[in-house]
Amino acid sequence: MYQYDKFDQAIVDARVEEFRDQVNRRINGEMTEDQFKPLRLMNGLYLQLHAYMLRVAIPYGTLSGKQMRMLGHIARKYDRDYGHFTTRQNIQYNWIKLEDTPDILADLASVEMHAIQTSGNCIRNISSDQYAGAAADEVADPRPWAELLRQWSTFHPEFSYLPRKFKIAVIASQEDRAAMRLHDIGLELVMRDGVLGARVFVGGGMGRTPMIAPEIAEFVKADDLLSYLEACLRVYNRYGRRDNAYKARIKILIHELGADEYRRQVAEEFAHVKTLGIDPPLAELERISAYFAPPAYEQGLSDEIDRSNPAFAHWVDQNVKAHKQPGYAIVNISLKPVGGIPGDASSDQIDLMADLAEKYGFDELRVTHAQNIVLPFVAKRDLFTVWQALDAAGIANANLDLVTDIIACPGLDYCSLANARSIPVAQKIAERFADAERQRDIGELKLKISGCINACGHHHAGHIGILGVDKKGVENYQLTLGGSGAEDVSIGKITGPGFDEDGIVDAVERAVEKYRAVRVEGERFIDTYRRVGADSFKEAIYG
Amino acid sequence: MKILTGNDLKTGDVIWWTGKSWSRHIGEAVDAGDNGEAVLAEESAAQRVNAAYIVDAAASPNGPLPLHIKDRVRAAGPTVRADLGINPDVPIVKG
Repeated sequence: MYQYDKFDQAIVDARVEEFRDQVNRRINGEMTEDQFKPLRLMNGLYLQLHAYMLRVAIPYGTLSGKQMRMLGHIARKYDRDYGHFTTRQNIQYNWIKLEDTPDILADLASVEMHAIQTSGNCIRNISSDQYAGAAADEVADPRPWAELLRQWSTFHPEFSYLPRKFKIAVIASQEDRAAMRLHDIGLELVMRDGVLGARVFVGGGMGRTPMIAPEIAEFVKADDLLSYLEACLRVYNRYGRRDNAYKARIKILIHELGADEYRRQVAEEFAHVKTLGIDPPLAELERISAYFAPPAYEQGLSDEIDRSNPAFAHWVDQNVKAHKQPGYAIVNISLKPVGGIPGDASSDQIDLMADLAEKYGFDELRVTHAQNIVLPFVAKRDLFTVWQALDAAGIANANLDLVTDIIACPGLDYCSLANARSIPVAQKIAERFADAERQRDIGELKLKISGCINACGHHHAGHIGILGVDKKGVENYQLTLGGSGAEDVSIGKITGPGFDEDGIVDAVERAVEKYRAVRVEGERFIDTYRRVGADSFKEAIYG
Repeated sequence: MKILTGNDLKTGDVIWWTGKSWSRHIGEAVDAGDNGEAVLAEESAAQRVNAAYIVDAAASPNGPLPLHIKDRVRAAGPTVRADLGINPDVPIVKG
């Protein structure tokens, strides 16, 4: 894992003290809320429906056991004994006191973490593939590149006041586990003739105007990547709309300009930027990459797994994924117990996951955009021990990518922007499909729920998506089908009139049963939907 | 009726205007009538409340009940964590 150098630590420590002074001035009445609000947001501190909420950055979703344990400590000491892992691979605390915030940020800084750029119109936390460094199908480890982008984008003076927020994802596999093309910029690292580079997709996003990012460059050499991204951002910063927040994202600019014209302008800007020498020298890239060297794997470990315990065997089948290193596996910890709150984990559960990472996982964890946790480097001989510990803590849910592995935003239970509650709907759907055998029979089904059009719950990318709306003061839920955030990316389409809280659960079940009735061998829900078309499903849903 | 809500500056707690001060319990909220804006201006300037606003509400046996679900959830706490709410008697879905 990357470790801060003296510059990283110095700027984070300085920011803590700067914010401590700002908080004191606000509490002492030397600043109004209007003056203070942009300053607290720059430090990830929102004021939500019930209290202050602090969003902590987890760069590319990667953290150590020590960092994870600090997240548990903060939940226990400063919050209400739990945290909420988000679709940006971050964590949010829902009950933070303003007067505690400087101490929390100091605690975070002590383990090389912060809450900088988790809000505001800047480049947000870089997201990546949660299997980075462990996946057999990656052409390179995306983490060094994500780290380089973190350093480039942190306090980037030119991009601190963009027209709107800006999200970047980096992957290095054809299988897209990071919803890469639904980001403002999506990078897919690729090899061409032995040279590492990236396909660059720009202008994707969800929100009220979902768009799939078009390919702006089919190959940018790694040596040119920062300059090219700088050019992409510069064109956006110059021409992105600032008169209307709803039309200010880069996807709107590219939609209005057209991808060809945007590509031309970026090329023109790139020709200039490349003369500025911002791409890092090879030595710096090697310095960063060295932090992501493979762990000291044991050689000669067996790939055999004792499957005599049926519950363990189901968990292995569903939550454990293939690793590029013989004898090792990738463990997915689902934070989606039936009836639970998607993405929530208690302080004790967070501590346990930190312990397991330190004992059995080369001290590394990942947060996924699906609000789960990954231990990317676990020896297969330790799987049963890990499972037993997770089971005792209530987080051995064997439902990864199944219908109960639901992404849900905090919704109206916590969020001041939301129009409807998301979590209760997720809970009711999970309870409806609680039968494990039925879930496994249904197979892969990505169900995603947002409580407003901002789409933090990624409903546009759900095989089944649910959008909560306010219909004359009453919660109403629209159903979408056919979305995907994976390499077969697509935007879901609304089926028809919305439903109330119970009606949407019934509608989901009717859609699922339609799939089971007409699927052919090997088809997932999304495959069947694409084959038979929307009308057939609409008929099943609405009669 | 018009009731007033905001957050405690230091703790972030949701608070309601009682006519004399601020309470965490919506049952103690009073109708501010036409004085809402004036009260908010004075209380905000004195830093006794943060991010305050006026809420449309109706009288009920348990005290004022916000008309909009968002403010009812705000009053009650997260509906999915009853253990964290401080006004569990507020009916959420139907006023």
